[in-house]
Amino acid sequence: MATITLQVNAKSHVVDVEPRTLLVELLREQLRLTGAHVGCDTSQCGACTVWVDGKSVKSCAMLAVEADGRAVTTIEGLAKDGTLHPMQQAFHTCHGLQCGFCTPGMVMCATELVQRNPNPSEHEVRHWLEGNLCRCTGYHNIVKAVLTAAETMRTETTTGGAP
Amino acid sequence: MSDPSGQGMGASVARREDRRFLLGKGRYTDDIRLPDQTWAVFVRSPYASAKIRSINAAPALAAPGVLAVLTGEDVAADGLGGIPCGWQIKNKDDSVMVEPPHPALALGKVRHAGDPVVMVIAATKAQAKDAAQLVEVDYDPLPAVAHLKAAVSPGAPLVWDEAAGNVCFDWHLGDSAATEAEFAGAAHVTAIDLTNNRVAPNAIEPRAANGHYETSDDRYTLYTTSQNPHLIRLLLGAFSLKVPEHRLRVVAPDVGGGFGSKIFHYAEEFLVLWASKRVGRPVKWTSERSEAFLSDAHGRDHLTHAELALDADGKFRGLRVRTLANMGAYLSTFAPAIPTYLHATLLSGPYVIPAIYAEVKAIFTNTVPVDAVRGAGRPEATYLLERLVDKAARELGIDRVEIRRKNLIRTDQFPYQTPVALQYDIGDYQATLDMALEAIDYPHFADRKAASAARGKLRGFGISTYIEACGIAPSALVGALGARAGLYEAASVRVHPTGSVTVFTGTHSHGQGHETTFAQLVVEKLGVPFDSVEIVHGDTDRIPFGMGTYGSRSAAVGGSAMYKAMDKIIEKGKKVAAHLLEANVADIEFSDGKFRVAGTDREKSFGDIAFAAYVPHNYPIETVEPGLEDSAFYDPKNFTFPGGCHAVEVEVDPETGVVEVVDVSIADDVGVVINPMIVDGQAHGGLAHGIGQALYEECVYDDDGQLLSGSFMSYCMPRAADLPMFKVGNHVTACTHNPVGIKGVGEVGAIGVPPAVINAVLDALAPLGVEHIDMPATPQKVWQAIRTAGGGAA
Repeated sequence: MATITLQVNAKSHVVDVEPRTLLVELLREQLRLTGAHVGCDTSQCGACTVWVDGKSVKSCAMLAVEADGRAVTTIEGLAKDGTLHPMQQAFHTCHGLQCGFCTPGMVMCATELVQRNPNPSEHEVRHWLEGNLCRCTGYHNIVKAVLTAAETMRTETTTGGAP
Repeated sequence: MSDPSGQGMGASVARREDRRFLLGKGRYTDDIRLPDQTWAVFVRSPYASAKIRSINAAPALAAPGVLAVLTGEDVAADGLGGIPCGWQIKNKDDSVMVEPPHPALALGKVRHAGDPVVMVIAATKAQAKDAAQLVEVDYDPLPAVAHLKAAVSPGAPLVWDEAAGNVCFDWHLGDSAATEAEFAGAAHVTAIDLTNNRVAPNAIEPRAANGHYETSDDRYTLYTTSQNPHLIRLLLGAFSLKVPEHRLRVVAPDVGGGFGSKIFHYAEEFLVLWASKRVGRPVKWTSERSEAFLSDAHGRDHLTHAELALDADGKFRGLRVRTLANMGAYLSTFAPAIPTYLHATLLSGPYVIPAIYAEVKAIFTNTVPVDAVRGAGRPEATYLLERLVDKAARELGIDRVEIRRKNLIRTDQFPYQTPVALQYDIGDYQATLDMALEAIDYPHFADRKAASAARGKLRGFGISTYIEACGIAPSALVGALGARAGLYEAASVRVHPTGSVTVFTGTHSHGQGHETTFAQLVVEKLGVPFDSVEIVHGDTDRIPFGMGTYGSRSAAVGGSAMYKAMDKIIEKGKKVAAHLLEANVADIEFSDGKFRVAGTDREKSFGDIAFAAYVPHNYPIETVEPGLEDSAFYDPKNFTFPGGCHAVEVEVDPETGVVEVVDVSIADDVGVVINPMIVDGQAHGGLAHGIGQALYEECVYDDDGQLLSGSFMSYCMPRAADLPMFKVGNHVTACTHNPVGIKGVGEVGAIGVPPAVINAVLDALAPLGVEHIDMPATPQKVWQAIRTAGGGAA
């Protein structure tokens, strides 16, 4: 067992983990944050995507001990005071989710894209999401949602709102 | 009918279920952890066929945290664990199919790679995994057979001794003599040999099951990733666990996609319940993806020879089809029905074909069981017919749109009786053909082809006109055809004293958005606000009964059950209103959420009537019971028949063989639409699934029965960058025999688009002399086809 300290959704945690424990196992099983999902065992599906120090990471491909001293944001930490993040809102408005299982990973990954590239093209969105599988939506409305959210986030940035 | 809120029928209401998913607060089976939870891991066979010489559980039992190590012998000692098949097919000679046993854990022999052999239960998942590594199973490998052609070859290894030649059944449909006569008089016969590639369902949520036996009340609860919890309870109760239903609760909470794979009763569902009683604690199993590839039922896997007889002017005269269908090693729940009653019955497509004769042989192989995957039999029928029609058009020099137009069933021919048992009630296939062609701008295809050529790309146009049969029914008919279940649906409507409404539906939503669309049906029918309607599904303790969600049946069959139940509510409400308004019941009208005396402004709101029913101070108590709650079972009179046209354009890179889908334009008739946004979303998902089958996806077995494409590393799923935006159009003809007019939309994309994609690829490659390609049209396969035909660079 190793003792690690990490921030998860702006809250500090000190936890004991096995050296082999994956970050997604720590989140789901120990911290009971079940928003990040496990859809594969080869880091292909992206359902487990969270941010580590602001960057998208497949939490099934990172050991919990590697998160020692770092800040993790999960889907549970994206909305502020019950208000959906513009990306979450756009997924809702554009019907960018059906069964909801890939959604947390999609939203986290897509939000990082727009933070890096506030005005992505459809082509850029589709390629950015290559590491995230969805079986329900055919990606059509996911892509629409990301483009819509990007527009909202650009407007909010210009008008001084939160990104 | 009424819709004061704009949230009734036809409104694109944003989904109420979204919020919990977007906040990471969904409650999927693996998210549920019960007090004293334990974890199960399965030791699965590495061989496709082998005798089990011995199992040594001792090292695993001694490992930390291990509570039990269970084998097929333990299940057999309890006299339990037979996983049943839900459909019995009869052979041509009226004898019944070979129906071998399906033990939950292998007994003496394993029959496919992935067959579960030992169940290890420990206090943590990691401990269960570690201990599973310590189980020693001594196998004696036997020759195996994985592919259809090999399985029917003389001297092939037998999967089951009782199935000679590995034949499960040899079935036929249609009039052989009449078909021969049409062929004898035909001017032209087009023949084709096709593979319908084996696919894995791959819902992104892997299957999971959490079983809990409670000693205190001698009751079992199963949380499971199921599309039909009541059916699972029925099969557990009657066959595998053999516990009466009142002692069984099956909960299918949020389920992360099904696509057919979560219809079936799987061994793990029985095993976690059985093991929970043995260890005295809840037992949870969650599949890993590689395990899913080896244990979720696969789909398709047909080999077909088909022939179409035509007149010289391109009119269809007859169709002959011979199909070998892979069943895998065991018969999954609905497996025998898929290549028969969901496949051969669809062979008339949207066309007038005077005579059809189909023969289907189902074959056992040492592979994962094959059952329904999105479309289930209907994609296979559509694919062979639409490939055949395109080939016939080329051979006769007729335009592929015109040959279809010439043979489509006309609107004045409905109801249309096909030669393969079905009677289509309504459709307008010309209208959907025109819509799809217009949306894709077919007249200017040549310009786009030239523009692609200027960039070194081969552009192709492909089309399919298709029919689907949804809401499989009626129960008496499917029973006569071998189904061991009824295919009705149930709904209960509970009106609360203050007028809000809870609807309990026997269907299950795992992405379809029933919590929203079914609430819209209630808004439409009862005129109550959207926010005062709750839809409950997925729990056998809360919902009286149901048959679940598959075959695009939920809105057409489940929605109709809801309508029937709401009709009963309105009828009772009218009696209460007549009393309160001092009028005759016959004079009471109900609309816009108001009970009104016809021709007057005297009225009572729906809420007033609900309150009166629960606080019956001034009430017709002698003739009307208090309360406002009712149930209905709806058994459909017929299938519903969505149909339409899917048009696709592709660009092929002749240097690399890469196919890019550049345009998809579809026009579907799915009947009356509750929520256009959701209907379009269902079509999008089906299209991606169908394009996946056409271009990317395939379960590849080697000759020894090892699955070579057993993870997302080797099984190619369609990704965002592989697909374009889809143009989706709807043309509505309302279903004539259900009260809502709905036909169903969940599968249309996966049915219509695969042949359109392949027809487009072949159109692109035609100038190079390529005449045939099988799905999936991977870059390697396309590149090879170009080289073999002698086209392209050396």
